[in-house]
Amino acid sequence: MSSSSVQPIVQLYEVPGNDFTRAGEASSKVKGILKKLGYDPDAIRRVSIAMYEGEINMVIHANGGIARVEIFPDRVEILLSDQGPGIADVEKAMEEGYSTAPDEVRALGFGAGMGLPNMKKCCDEFRIDTAIGKGTDVYMIIRVRGSKS
Amino acid sequence: MTVKTLSELLECTCIAGHGGLERTVTGGYVGDFLSWVMGHAEENSAWITVMGNINAVAVALLADVSCIILCDGAHLDEDARRRADENNIPVLASSKPAFALALALGKALGL
Repeated sequence: MSSSSVQPIVQLYEVPGNDFTRAGEASSKVKGILKKLGYDPDAIRRVSIAMYEGEINMVIHANGGIARVEIFPDRVEILLSDQGPGIADVEKAMEEGYSTAPDEVRALGFGAGMGLPNMKKCCDEFRIDTAIGKGTDVYMIIRVRGSKS
Repeated sequence: MTVKTLSELLECTCIAGHGGLERTVTGGYVGDFLSWVMGHAEENSAWITVMGNINAVAVALLADVSCIILCDGAHLDEDARRRADENNIPVLASSKPAFALALALGKALGL
């Protein structure tokens, strides 16, 4: 039986808007689950970083959103979905150092313009679907290295 | 080297996350922009920063660094302290600047 036919463990999280104290809760929970399941540490780290960056983006830019995480034996699929303002220029947003985050967010240590590039770097598949005024979906797949995809 | 030994060598005070003092340190990273740290700090690094907020603790946890070293007498927020205690992320406090701590860390690790 191929691993793609295995039922995933599905987790759904609500990411609160404008609440930096709770940002990271969803990623921490996913990290805990993957650890308990005995996933490869490198994959766990990449999932954690990609998901946390995504959570922070939703907190900063989109007044929160939903994170749907599907855990398969050979990969983790994450869908981050928000109803925020959308990304005007995705290509620009993917550039390291480009940020539209306000100063008060920078004072917290965010807004370095590394979020999306970091996410992409952690992922084996990465896609952004965005529409101005409607929202953004970020779809990420992180494979466990060495596993057959 | 454990975080506890490193803390003694660098003359730091552990102010939170005591449960993680036996963690291993194999390297270091210096920086305050959280995404930069997430993208570049290696696992089991001692992370030297002035960021003492709850998000710094989340970054330490998710990026698997061994400890946070707050340099220049930087302040640790109360909610950050709680999160560090809950997750056993040691936070070491020092009045020394980042450069001096990085030098001492490198020496301690024989780098």
